[in-house]
Amino acid sequence: MLPMRDAIKRSGFVRQKTINAVVRYAFMIVLAFLLFGIILWISGKDPIQSYKDIFSSTLGSAYGFSEVIVTMTPLLLTALGVAIPSRIILINVGVEGQLYMGACLATWGALTFGDLPAWILLPLMMLLGMIGGSLWAFVPGYLRATGIVNETITTLLLNSVAPMIVSFFIFGFWHSPMDTNKTPNFSTSARLPTLFNTRIDLSLVLALVLLTVFWFVMKYTRWGLEMKAIGGNPQAARRNGIPVKIYLISVMCIGGAISGLAGMAQVSGFYGVLLANFSRGIGFMGFLISWLAGGSPLGILLTSFVISIIISGGNLLQLTRDLPYAVINVLLAFTLFVVLARPNFLIQRKDA
Amino acid sequence: MLTTPPSASQTPPMISMREISKSFPGVVANDRIDFDIFRSEIHALLGENGAGKSTLMKILYGFYRADSGRIFLDGKPVSIQSPNDARALQIGMVFQDFTLIPAFSVAENIALFLPDLSTVVNLRDVSRWIEEMSTRYGLRVNPHAMVNELSIGEQQKVEILKLILSDSRLLILDEPTRVLAPHEVDALFEVLYSMRQDGYAIILITHKIKEVLECADRITVLHNGCVAGSLVRSNASEDKLVEMMFGRKLSGLKTGKKVAREETALPILELHDVYTHGEGAETKLEEIDLKVYPGEIVGIAGVSGNGQRELGDVVLGVIKCVKGTKHLFGKDVTNSSIQKLRRSLVSFIPENPLTMAAAPYLTVLENMAVTKTWHYALRGGLAMDWQAIKTDIENTMERLGFSFSLNIPARSLSGGNLQRMIIVRELTHDPRLIIASYLTRGLDVQSTIAARQALIQARDDGAGVLLISEDLEELFLLSDRLIVLYGGRIVGSFKPDETNFYEVGHLMTGSEVQDAANA
Repeated sequence: MLPMRDAIKRSGFVRQKTINAVVRYAFMIVLAFLLFGIILWISGKDPIQSYKDIFSSTLGSAYGFSEVIVTMTPLLLTALGVAIPSRIILINVGVEGQLYMGACLATWGALTFGDLPAWILLPLMMLLGMIGGSLWAFVPGYLRATGIVNETITTLLLNSVAPMIVSFFIFGFWHSPMDTNKTPNFSTSARLPTLFNTRIDLSLVLALVLLTVFWFVMKYTRWGLEMKAIGGNPQAARRNGIPVKIYLISVMCIGGAISGLAGMAQVSGFYGVLLANFSRGIGFMGFLISWLAGGSPLGILLTSFVISIIISGGNLLQLTRDLPYAVINVLLAFTLFVVLARPNFLIQRKDA
Repeated sequence: MLTTPPSASQTPPMISMREISKSFPGVVANDRIDFDIFRSEIHALLGENGAGKSTLMKILYGFYRADSGRIFLDGKPVSIQSPNDARALQIGMVFQDFTLIPAFSVAENIALFLPDLSTVVNLRDVSRWIEEMSTRYGLRVNPHAMVNELSIGEQQKVEILKLILSDSRLLILDEPTRVLAPHEVDALFEVLYSMRQDGYAIILITHKIKEVLECADRITVLHNGCVAGSLVRSNASEDKLVEMMFGRKLSGLKTGKKVAREETALPILELHDVYTHGEGAETKLEEIDLKVYPGEIVGIAGVSGNGQRELGDVVLGVIKCVKGTKHLFGKDVTNSSIQKLRRSLVSFIPENPLTMAAAPYLTVLENMAVTKTWHYALRGGLAMDWQAIKTDIENTMERLGFSFSLNIPARSLSGGNLQRMIIVRELTHDPRLIIASYLTRGLDVQSTIAARQALIQARDDGAGVLLISEDLEELFLLSDRLIVLYGGRIVGSFKPDETNFYEVGHLMTGSEVQDAANA
C-alpha cells in the first residue's frame, strides 16, 4: 500500500518538476532575446525584423533547419564528453584538446589507408579518433586517480598543447602541395556519408545513439549505479568496495574517446580535410552545454539545439544585417547569463 | 505536568520556558514544553535520542526559533532570536562538537569569544583571568598551549572557561561526558559542583541515567517531545527514570553464553606488526598485532583520534600498511583492494554513516545495492535485480525489527534511520568479519538493543567482530576480548571480567603509559 502511494506521489512530483523546468527555461530564453533585442535596437537595427530573419533562416526552412542540425551534431558529442565524467565529479575541461587529438589520429588513418573501402576505413578512423581522445584524457585521469594533480587543471592545460601537435603534423608532414595549413582532401571512402541530401552526416546518428546509451547505462545498469554511488559520495563508494580509481581513469578515457570521436566526425564529415585550428571552441561550447543541461542526455539535446539556433542565426545576422561577428557572442553571453542566473521571480511565481 | 520545584530553592526560577513548541517537517520535536532552571542548580535534561532535548536547548540558546511559547528571565519575558541575544542574557552553551580553533592558543581562543574584546588584544590580561578562574574551579589548563595539543577533556575545560570568562551564568552542556574517560567524568562533575556553589545554573543534556543520578539536583525527562516528568534527585531511581524515558519497561539484551572458542581455530583476521603512514590528519598506527577468531567480539577502546578509525580503515584496506602483514582466513591480503575484501564477506559499519557509507542523493534501495553490485547484476551488468535486493533487505529488516522507507533518498532519513540503514546493509549477507565503529551512535535504546543483539547473533554464528567504540559500557557488555588503543598503539589487552572501567579509562587517556615512561 505504502510503496504505491509513494510512487504516485513521486510521479506527480516529477511531472510537476518537469513542467516547472520547461516553463522556466522557456522564460529564460525569451528574456535573453528581449535583452538582445535592446542591443539590436540601440545599434539601429529593427529587432523584430532581425528575429524574423533568424527564425526563417533556421526553423523556418528545411535547409535552415538542416544547418542547425549540422551545427548541433559536434556539440552533442563534445557535451557528452563532458557529461559522462561529470557524473563521477570529474571536471573535463579538456574536450577541446581531446577533439584535436582524435581528429589528428583519424586523419593519419585517412591519409595512410585512404585506399581501403569505406566500410573498413570509417570504423578504423572512428577507432583511431577515440584512441586519440582517450589517450589525451588518460593522462589527467591517471594523475587524478593517483591523487597527484586535479584533473581540471591538467585537462585545461593540455588543451593548448593538442592544437600545436596537430599543427606540427600538418605543417611538417601532411600539408597538401598547394596549402601549408591543411591536408589534402580526404578520399571519398574516408568521408562520413551524408543524410537526406543535406550536410547532416552520419555522426548525428552516432551522437543520438551514444546519448541513448549513456541514458540507459546510468538508469539501468550496474555500472551506472556504481557511477552514481561515486558521484554521490566518493569516500563512501570507496569504502563500499567500488573500484573508484579504475572508474576515475576509465570514465575519463571514455569522455576523451567521445570527444575524439567528435574530432573525427568534424574532419571526416564536416570538413573532409584537416585544418590547423579547425575547432573554434566546439569543445568549450560542449562544456557549457553539459553544465547548463546538468549532464542529462535530454537536457544536452535541448540545450545544444537552442545554442545551435543562436549560432546559426547569429551567423546570418552578421551577413544580412551587417552586424559585427561579436554579435553572436553577445547573444550567446546573454543566454548564458540568464540561464546561469536562473532568475528567482520565475520560480516564485510558479509557487504562488 | 511539572511537579513543584524543589523546596530548597524558594527563589523564583532564573529561566522559565513556557509552552515551547517546535516542529520540523514531519516531526514535532517539542510539544508545549515547560522547563525551569534555578540558580545554583545542576539540572539534567534526560531523554533518548530524538526526544527533543537538544532542540529545546537550541531554542534557549537562540539557534532555533520556537514555533510558539515564551521564555522568561527572572520573571520578565525575553526574546531570544540568536545566540548573540542568548549570550547577552548570560546564557552559554557547549556543543557536542567543540568550536575551538585548533591553530590558536587557549588564551587566543578565549579572547576571541569575549563580548567586549578591545581593539588591541591584551592577551596577558586574558591569560591572567584564565589562570584565576581555572584555579578557582579546578579547570587547570595552560593558557599558552595550542588547542590542537590538548586532549578532548582539556578542550572541554577550555570551552567551559570560555563561557565563564564571557560572563555566562547559565551553562548548557550538550552530552559533555560522551568523549570523556571515567576519571575525567568525575573531574568534570567536581568542576560543576564548585560552580554550582558560586550560583551558576547548569543544564546537562544527556541520556546516561547513571550520571544523572550521580550529579544532578533536579531531573527533567523528555519523551517524544513532551515532558514526561520533572523530579528532584532524591525522588528519582534508575527504574523510575527508565520508565519515564521510554514510557514502559524495556526488555533486556540477551548476551548469550560466551562460549570458549577453540584456541586452535584459524583466526579470521590477523594483523602482524602493522605500521601506517598517518597522512594528513590521520593517526599513525604502530606495531599493531591483532587477531580476531571466529565467534569472537574484539572490542577496541580508545578516545577518538587515537587510531581507531585508522585501524578499521587498515583492515578494510582504505589505508595501506607500510610495514607488517594482514591475513584474512589465513590468506595474505596485505595489498588487496577494498573490493576484494568486501567480496570475502568483510562488512564495515563506519563511525559516520552519512559521509563514510551512504550516497545522500541515491535512494535507500540504491544505497543498499552498492556494496554488492556484482551479486545483484543481471545479464552481465546490463540490469540490476532490484526485487532480490528488496527481498534480502526486507528479510534483514524484519530480523532486526527495523523499518524505514526504501524509495526515498537516503539524505531524507534521520540520523538514527541512516545508521539503521547501514546496519541492515552490512549485516545482510551473512558477513564473516564485521568492523563496527560506534555501532549504536544515534540509535534509541530499543534499536541499540536490536543492533547489539544482531552483532551477538552474528558472533554466535561464527563471525568475527571488531567493535570500535568509546562507550565503555557497550564494550564491556559485548566484548569477548578488549583492546585499548592510545596514540596509535595497542596499550592493553584484557578479558572484560579481568579489568574495570577505571583501568581501561586510564589506559585510554594515556595516564598510565606516561607514568611508566616517567618512572
